[in-house]
Amino acid sequence: MTTRDAEMGRWGDAGMGRTGDAGMRRVVTKRISVLTLLVSLAGSISLGQQPGNPTSQSGVMPPRGTFVIRNARIVTVSGADIENGTVVIREGKIAAVGTTVDIPANSQTIDASGLSIYPGMIDAGTSLGLVEVGQGAFGTVDTGEVGDLNPHAKAIIAVNPHSAHIAVTRVDGVTNALALPTSGLISGQGALINLVGTTPLEMAVVPYAALVINYPRTTGGGGGGFFAPQQVNLTEVLAAANRQLEQIRKVLRDAEAYGRARDAYAKDPKLPRAEQNLMLEALVPYVRGERPVVFRASRESEIRGVIKFAEEMKLKPIILGGEDAVKVASLLKEKNVPVILTGILDLPIREDDFYDSLYESAAKLREAGVPFCISSGDSGPNVRNLPYYAGMAAAFGLPRAEALKAVTLSPAQILNVADRLGTIEVGKIANLVVTDGDLLETRTHVRHLFIDGRPVPLNSRHTDLNDAFKNRR
Amino acid sequence: MMTRLTIQLLICSLIAGISLPPSFAQDRSAAQETLIRNATVLTVTRGTLTNADVLLRNGKIAAIGKNVKASANARVIDATGKFVLPGIVDCHSHSMLDTINESTLSVTSMARTSDVLNPHDIDLYRALAGGVTSLNLLHGSANAIGGLNTVVKIKFGRPAAEFIFPGAMPGIKFALGENPKRSNSQPQPGQTRRYPMTRMGVEETIRDAFTRARDYKKSWEEYRASASRSEKNLVAPRRDLQLEPLVEVLEGKRYVHAHCYRADEILMLINLANDFGFKIRTFQHTLEGYKVAREIAQHGAGASIFADNWAYKIEAYDAIPYNAAIMTRAGVIVSMNSDSDERARRLNIEAAKVMRYGDLSEEEALKLVTWNPAVQLGIQQRVGSLEVGKDADLAIWNGHPLSVYARVDTTFIDGEIFFDRQQDLARRPDLLKERAQLEAAEPNRPPPGGTSPQAPRRRRPTNADDDMWEGGVEQP
Repeated sequence: MTTRDAEMGRWGDAGMGRTGDAGMRRVVTKRISVLTLLVSLAGSISLGQQPGNPTSQSGVMPPRGTFVIRNARIVTVSGADIENGTVVIREGKIAAVGTTVDIPANSQTIDASGLSIYPGMIDAGTSLGLVEVGQGAFGTVDTGEVGDLNPHAKAIIAVNPHSAHIAVTRVDGVTNALALPTSGLISGQGALINLVGTTPLEMAVVPYAALVINYPRTTGGGGGGFFAPQQVNLTEVLAAANRQLEQIRKVLRDAEAYGRARDAYAKDPKLPRAEQNLMLEALVPYVRGERPVVFRASRESEIRGVIKFAEEMKLKPIILGGEDAVKVASLLKEKNVPVILTGILDLPIREDDFYDSLYESAAKLREAGVPFCISSGDSGPNVRNLPYYAGMAAAFGLPRAEALKAVTLSPAQILNVADRLGTIEVGKIANLVVTDGDLLETRTHVRHLFIDGRPVPLNSRHTDLNDAFKNRR
Repeated sequence: MMTRLTIQLLICSLIAGISLPPSFAQDRSAAQETLIRNATVLTVTRGTLTNADVLLRNGKIAAIGKNVKASANARVIDATGKFVLPGIVDCHSHSMLDTINESTLSVTSMARTSDVLNPHDIDLYRALAGGVTSLNLLHGSANAIGGLNTVVKIKFGRPAAEFIFPGAMPGIKFALGENPKRSNSQPQPGQTRRYPMTRMGVEETIRDAFTRARDYKKSWEEYRASASRSEKNLVAPRRDLQLEPLVEVLEGKRYVHAHCYRADEILMLINLANDFGFKIRTFQHTLEGYKVAREIAQHGAGASIFADNWAYKIEAYDAIPYNAAIMTRAGVIVSMNSDSDERARRLNIEAAKVMRYGDLSEEEALKLVTWNPAVQLGIQQRVGSLEVGKDADLAIWNGHPLSVYARVDTTFIDGEIFFDRQQDLARRPDLLKERAQLEAAEPNRPPPGGTSPQAPRRRRPTNADDDMWEGGVEQP
């Protein structure tokens, strides 16, 4: 575990109770009892007799159990690949990994000869589950609240476990997503989810994983925007961005003060009681540096702005986007600020940028020693293409093993869940993808899928429609 | 307004010009003859040849095989470990179009994309770097009957006239469903909704246009018949530039490329075309084509589709990535297009997805972006496969083009190099220096506290994509 991991150890869902969100705590308790029930049922149902045909549509949660995947090439990501290895899954976790492991009694075995086992991919820059159809069906769009400051908007409330996007995404090997709200200045809080479950909280790995701030942009003029005004007054643009930043600064400072007042009152009830304010309360763990703040920032000036602002406000920043991150690489490395790199398959942002400037950005960040992971940056439908973002980075200089890491271990580290996700190691959540080839290759098929230790069927809205029509003559 | 626009165009042209130093233009035409040696040659139509040579001479493929001899002054490229693929043909593009939609009327068959070609569009170069050599430049999908298309070779750095693909069949864009209904755009204040706004109205709009075209055609036929009988006092029918292209469609002289999504509207257009006795050459997007693959095959239409885009709007919610496989197996000629300056750069990966979804073979996958689109555009005699005598439009890849890890080294059109990665890398230091000089130049510095200099803006949105950003944004 790196220093950064240790530092980040204070974040994550351990802090969720501190927000005082009593309602959410109750739900969590209920979730545990549901899981217990499912676990107790698991032993009695064999792999071939799963109830029904649990797809994204029916939302049935496949039960956990004890599973043995044998004779596979195990791409652990944490260490060397293991040929002809075995992985044992028990009660949702990886129980054993290696060439000689004890096979537990009453287990179900999958012969994976000729196949490979990978840790599930993690996309840390999506709005998966928050929007079904972006255009023409606004009723299905829950990505952005009204107004500029919505720290108390929580993705985990609105993630739709029955969205067709969930199954469509997972059957291609993406097992986890950070679902992020998008609008305003402070968009809300993102949720890190397993892509299986019948309720948002069954899916949650970290229900309040990060605060999302859209760093104010100063790139009003020139350089590419079609709808951008042709002439901008730089003074006005800068002033507007500064006003927005001041808005964010003020609410964060208010949250600090609010947190101190609430703490003080808790210790000494004779002090004045600060009225409960849900918006400020939502910010407290973030202004205390207990959880990370994801800043959307793509241009050099924005990224530099984020680093300065986060330092001033003592936040734990993560850059989301990072098209220009290469230009700020030394500073990002120095301040150990990680980047969720989303733009690899975008067109270069300036007309005179080199054609491969975004293809090769991942390789350059790695050379510079910047912590980064690769994301599709997609709202949902194209998250399944995550491996091709990493693959393109590999085509342009990122070593293949690093490309794989950039969609497995690296996002887990950046989101401070590397103790639970991102590699094939004993004790981690059993999110495993069994393939007939290289996980990042387009022609590869996923043959078996486990999420949260559950054998997830490989069907989706798309396979269902394929089955329904492929034999129509 | 016009003056300002003209100045912008001028600045854009200048900047695009700067990105192509004279040395590059000289380099690529230096050798008339090129020998690509010891490559894996993916001919697409005649199998895969290993350790084979390809000889390019006078713009054509002169030889393919082992131990091919070239003249002494030929440029020789050692392609050991590399792959040669025909130039990718993108059957749905809006690159280099200054404007995409003439969206005022529901029938705009008089509008021509050939009038708005911008040869300096930098995204053309980026497509070359993805192994693409030919594009079908289509009018947008705002109208039931849109404008006329232009098929081009991406001769980036040359005048627009040199881009035109010789002998390509003329075509026209049709559009069905949400876009011609203007479902996702709101009328400006003071405007009324444009007819049609239902799929019923879209059908009627096309039927009405062809009814008029048929009458118009008849008027001319009657006139010509009378003229041939030397009748006196004849008055020729008034020429109608809107109906002339539709007459060409009726006569089989112009291909119809029809944007569509739902199965019902695909069937609607097949029935309508059958009523008037013409053929649909390609259905574009065709996201629910898999539901009516039999009918599409029976009509003899092709389908040009996305690999896996879905759910970006309601009519795209039933799209599935198995579409290509189902239609191919039903006998439909399928191509994989970009409809996007971004996606055009990686159509090889889009093609490879059919091996994951539907288990098509390598050859079938490669055909989706080479042979099949060439057939759909009527240019397969010249491009789309590697065969002796065909145009030397091809790319050298550093790995198998269906691999996500592959990238393009060199792209040829008519035997000339239009993209070369080593040349691109080599001229970067100079370009960076030039850029720094320009940035430091006095006229480009914003005056303190004042207004920024006028920046050249793109003449159309980045990642121009008629379908994904549909929403009336092009309207004033």
